[in-house]
Amino acid sequence: MTHEIIIAGFGGQGVLSMGKILAYAALMDNLEVTWMPSYGPEQRGGTANVTVILSDSRISSPVLDTYDIAVILNQQSLDKFESHVKPGGLLIYDPSGIHHKPTRTDITILEIDAMTATIEMGNPKGYNMILLGALIESRKMVGLDAVLRGLKKALPERHHHLIPANEAALRRGQELARK
Amino acid sequence: MNEEVRLMKGNEAIAHAAIRYGADGYFGYPITPQSEILETLEALMPWETTGMVVLQAESEVASINMVYGGAATGKAVMTSSSSPGVSLMQEGISYIAAAELPALIVNVMRGGPGLGTIHPSQSDYFQATKGGGHGDYHLIVLAPSTVQEMADFVALGFDLAFKYRTPAMILADGVVGQMMEKVVLPPQRQRRTPEQIAEQCPWAATGKGSRGNRNVVTSLELDSALMEKNNERFQRTYAEIERNEVRYETYYTEDADYLIVAFGSVARICLKSIEMARAEGIRIGLIRPITLWPFPYEAIAGLGAKVKGIQVVELNAGQMIEDVRLAVERDKPVRHFGRMGGIVPNPGEILEAFKRDFINK
Repeated sequence: MTHEIIIAGFGGQGVLSMGKILAYAALMDNLEVTWMPSYGPEQRGGTANVTVILSDSRISSPVLDTYDIAVILNQQSLDKFESHVKPGGLLIYDPSGIHHKPTRTDITILEIDAMTATIEMGNPKGYNMILLGALIESRKMVGLDAVLRGLKKALPERHHHLIPANEAALRRGQELARK
Repeated sequence: MNEEVRLMKGNEAIAHAAIRYGADGYFGYPITPQSEILETLEALMPWETTGMVVLQAESEVASINMVYGGAATGKAVMTSSSSPGVSLMQEGISYIAAAELPALIVNVMRGGPGLGTIHPSQSDYFQATKGGGHGDYHLIVLAPSTVQEMADFVALGFDLAFKYRTPAMILADGVVGQMMEKVVLPPQRQRRTPEQIAEQCPWAATGKGSRGNRNVVTSLELDSALMEKNNERFQRTYAEIERNEVRYETYYTEDADYLIVAFGSVARICLKSIEMARAEGIRIGLIRPITLWPFPYEAIAGLGAKVKGIQVVELNAGQMIEDVRLAVERDKPVRHFGRMGGIVPNPGEILEAFKRDFINK
């Protein structure tokens, strides 16, 4: 079992930290994991992406050209990565700010309106966790329990009081993915 | 601290591993893409626990000379930087090599020349393996390809440096410095006591004590006859290292018709390219030099004799390819594929380049 995932959007949307929480969840489940950011002098407003690979065997390249799953948070990233999803793969995207929707017919496309959900919940910082919830619901890779344990490990203790709000966002994402 | 499984960046792993090795001191100056080494050490505050000194020096030149001074007293000391910073250190590195001192230097390479880019590169291969500073000397050069190796090579680098009394370098690239992976950190080792240092390093400037003679650490020898004797001794050490310490890894070489040679993170990207090629029936094998000096000439010669052609893939314009060409027969086609400027090729791009050179000629 190997999941090759790209998460892409604007800097500030929580792209890298979403990948990081997923990577920590994989660590909790004793999987092999690689988290490879597209890093640079990129700041809020610039594009950011991270490749996360989870596997039950040794991971070779941390850099990929095609992905099993793409989680897309803006138009630029959709334009860049839609064609790089493997046939039969999964594309999850947030429709806010998307003018041209994905058109592939050989992959599963899941629209998750995380922006609306996060506003409804009054929890703007839970945005990326809603998408992460949708991701773990739509492909069996790590369970919610592992993500919560990963959050606990990833967050410094002084931020542990935020875990319940994150859990609510994760669960909301799971619900949205089930619909 | 016991053995521990953690998720962290390669740079962070180096910092943790240095403390757990029982290193005595780190002296450095921040530069992307390796600043997390210094930052992590500062955050972990090992001076409160193991007593390890962590010092942000005023420059790279100061850092390497602090390493020179610390190493002269038999302490396990290190520095880290990235390409432009390591260029500034070359004079000090040459002095440390000439004074036959153990030290660990980490270079997390970025694209050059000049200030270049902050993105990953392997363009300091020549500098690291062919001298870098002036004079006839070598560094033991270790090229990690995983976060685990970033941690493991701290201990290996120090151990080899002390065994042969010569500086060792971890030559990493920005990919392995910046990516996070699972890493098993070793249990905490005690720092050596002054008595243990005096016993292990009878050459060290630790105070005369009960010793009859003074220990003098210097790279200067104005008597040419004596300097040549020094040079001969250095060369004997290098020859011994070449005999004992060549390290490499091979994949899929048993039935390979072609061979890819790559080091560091690029070797892992190539492994994926090779798996893609094998799915198409193209049998490529991989050899990954782990020590860039001493270089695995014999292993490459042996594998090279059995294949139709060799592709060398590097994040530079073609540096290690010179050593690969030295290793194989002259009539064997050896081609290069590289990206520069901080660009990291993906597996498909490498496979395309391979096919261009060897399949669809």
